[in-house]
Amino acid sequence: MRRILAVLLENEAGSLSRVANLFSARGINIESLAVTPTPDETLSRMTIVTFGDDRILEQITKQLHKLVDVVTVVDMTGQNHVEREMALIKLRLRDEGSVDDLQRVNKVYRGRIADVSALCYTSEVVGTSEEIDAYLAAMAEHEVVEVVRSGPLGIARGEQVLFIRQN
Amino acid sequence: MLSVRLLTYRMDNLKQSSDLETQELTGAEIFTRCLVEEGATTVFGYPGGAVLHIYDELHKQKEVDHILVRHEQGAAHAAEGFAKSTGKVGVVLVTSGPGATNAVTGIADAYMDSVPLVVFTGQVRTALIGNDAFQEVDTVGITRPCVKHNILVKKVEDLPLAIKRAFHIAGTGRPGPVVVDIPKDVTEQSMVFSYPQDPDMRSYQPTIEGHAGQIKRAAKLIAKAERPIIYSGGGVISSNAHEELIEFTRLTGFPITNTLMGLGAYPGTDPQFIQMLGMHGSYEANMAMHHSDVLIAVGARFDDRITGRLDGFCPYAKVIHIDVDPSSISKNFRAHVPVVGDARKVLRALTDELRDDKYTIPDISAWWGQIGEWAKKDSFAYQQDMDGEIKPQYVLDQLYKQTGGDAFVTSDVGQHQMWVAQLYKFTQPRRWINSGGLGTMGFGLPAAMGVQLAHPDAQVCCVTGEASIQMCIQELSTCRQYGLPIKIINLNNRYMGMVRQWQDFFYDSRYAMSYMDALPDFVKLAESYGHVGMKIEKPKDVEPALREILSLKDQLVFADFVTDPRENVFPMIAPGAAHNEMILS
Repeated sequence: MRRILAVLLENEAGSLSRVANLFSARGINIESLAVTPTPDETLSRMTIVTFGDDRILEQITKQLHKLVDVVTVVDMTGQNHVEREMALIKLRLRDEGSVDDLQRVNKVYRGRIADVSALCYTSEVVGTSEEIDAYLAAMAEHEVVEVVRSGPLGIARGEQVLFIRQN
Repeated sequence: MLSVRLLTYRMDNLKQSSDLETQELTGAEIFTRCLVEEGATTVFGYPGGAVLHIYDELHKQKEVDHILVRHEQGAAHAAEGFAKSTGKVGVVLVTSGPGATNAVTGIADAYMDSVPLVVFTGQVRTALIGNDAFQEVDTVGITRPCVKHNILVKKVEDLPLAIKRAFHIAGTGRPGPVVVDIPKDVTEQSMVFSYPQDPDMRSYQPTIEGHAGQIKRAAKLIAKAERPIIYSGGGVISSNAHEELIEFTRLTGFPITNTLMGLGAYPGTDPQFIQMLGMHGSYEANMAMHHSDVLIAVGARFDDRITGRLDGFCPYAKVIHIDVDPSSISKNFRAHVPVVGDARKVLRALTDELRDDKYTIPDISAWWGQIGEWAKKDSFAYQQDMDGEIKPQYVLDQLYKQTGGDAFVTSDVGQHQMWVAQLYKFTQPRRWINSGGLGTMGFGLPAAMGVQLAHPDAQVCCVTGEASIQMCIQELSTCRQYGLPIKIINLNNRYMGMVRQWQDFFYDSRYAMSYMDALPDFVKLAESYGHVGMKIEKPKDVEPALREILSLKDQLVFADFVTDPRENVFPMIAPGAAHNEMILS
């Protein structure tokens, strides 16, 4: 089962490798991982996508908590949350007439052209991972030269926020 | 008048402290000051380029004792022995590069057995980090998977807080090793020193008090038990919960078994104690586990050497699991009533709860009758033919009798370790010091040094084998330097016994590389280091020899017992078998 975890951790050298190391040491794959500092620069926030049953997820959540640098871990999988991923997609269109095709697909998936050259268009698409998959499928008749995806970011819907446990 | 005097006093005080507050200290001076602040006055280590400023400071002062080992692995194990036998945090100081990598086995050992250590490793200058400098290794990277936490200190201003946090993290919650990596230039930079009183960590707050609702649920389950068993481990010893464990066990009248790491937490001579469980545990302990309906696990982690095949483990039991580390709960085996918290606090709360009139302690006399039947197998029994070869068990039996069960016993890893666990009835915690989780051959002798230094007047015995002892034999030199009168009981069967036993059972007795050829003359070896060496070859000599060995109060004695090379450890649960599938002999 696909899982999405939100993690707040100390923004320190080595924190990221502690998390990455934990997954590899326990034999669990990370599907995607997005990490940046938060507005409070002493903290970083991670969104991790992984796969596993309830038992594995319980264990990985506990192991993440156990890392001294980790402040908060939330398994967002079962919670009502917003998820967005960004992709940059470099395309070589089948022919010049296909630009309309590209713009039509962009309109459907809220994509836009981020760069253009003599040979290639680069699209920028933001959506759920499924929407990006669908965008790529819609462009299948053109040549997709390169794809870079951010991995999903997640945030809870409504008033709920990731909190810092205080003494 | 009084107030004026007080005021002057305060002014003087302020003046003094302000002098201190403006005086700059180097990182190396700060290092020793921090150790004194933490009360960590015994350090096990080995010098080298990156830590020379620190060693120079250690040389200048008197408050911190430094014990020079002969190999950094020995330093880490010695610190473990010190920590396990005292409950204090053990301290190690080694240099960068090979100093750090040599210590890694000891660090991993401490991680597996939850031993509180702070390991200071020297590092190359900050400007050189990442340049493949001389004796540079990514210590923080190498140790990351086998530490509770590690810290690279990049500037002197960060040093006091790093040390404060290291001791705090190592010694609280589930204890473990913390590595503090200190580049050489940090030890020569200076700053005005003040030691932080608070480790100030929002991200590290272990749960100590058990959840009241969970404790009630546990009590209800206990009150309804028909075939209960208490299974306690090293966590009881770490949290100094042995008195609470005894009180809880006596109140309930339940049978209790200990893990290898938990021996001594409950008196081994008590009638409610049904011996160690697991791969080489007693028949009654494993059968009682298998047939139990309520299992009360305290400070134990359902390790594979305990559970055997998981789908055949405790098939009828409702499990109450008390542990300070939430990730130990339901990791290997599902707990029905998890209680996260310090074993001492939770056992106290659970005992108090059970004293309430709403609970009746169940009558389990039928269950005790069944356990008594199992115990009749006498599964640790052995036969000593006084005209035959020395049985290793006989040596340990005699050691137990002659020390009155009161010695500190360290061991290495293998058959001898299991025989001590089976036959030496520890009645106090922190007396049995061995490497359980990692199973580190070479642990016993350096660990015994740490124990002896912490308890100078105590009888400290290192039970070992001719294979294990050679893995850290160089520490005989350290023992000589510091006059440590350790008694080395070498059960010499000319085999890596446990390897040979598995080859007997599972590889049609093909003894691939398990025979110890070209052994040294241990008597001469001991003598060359300035110790006493003895060789004992006949069963009738065992008793008088041990009497003599133990009476040599001021000398290290290396007693080389030539034992039966064919003896195996029984009972045994083969890997992949369940508790009710034991091999008895």
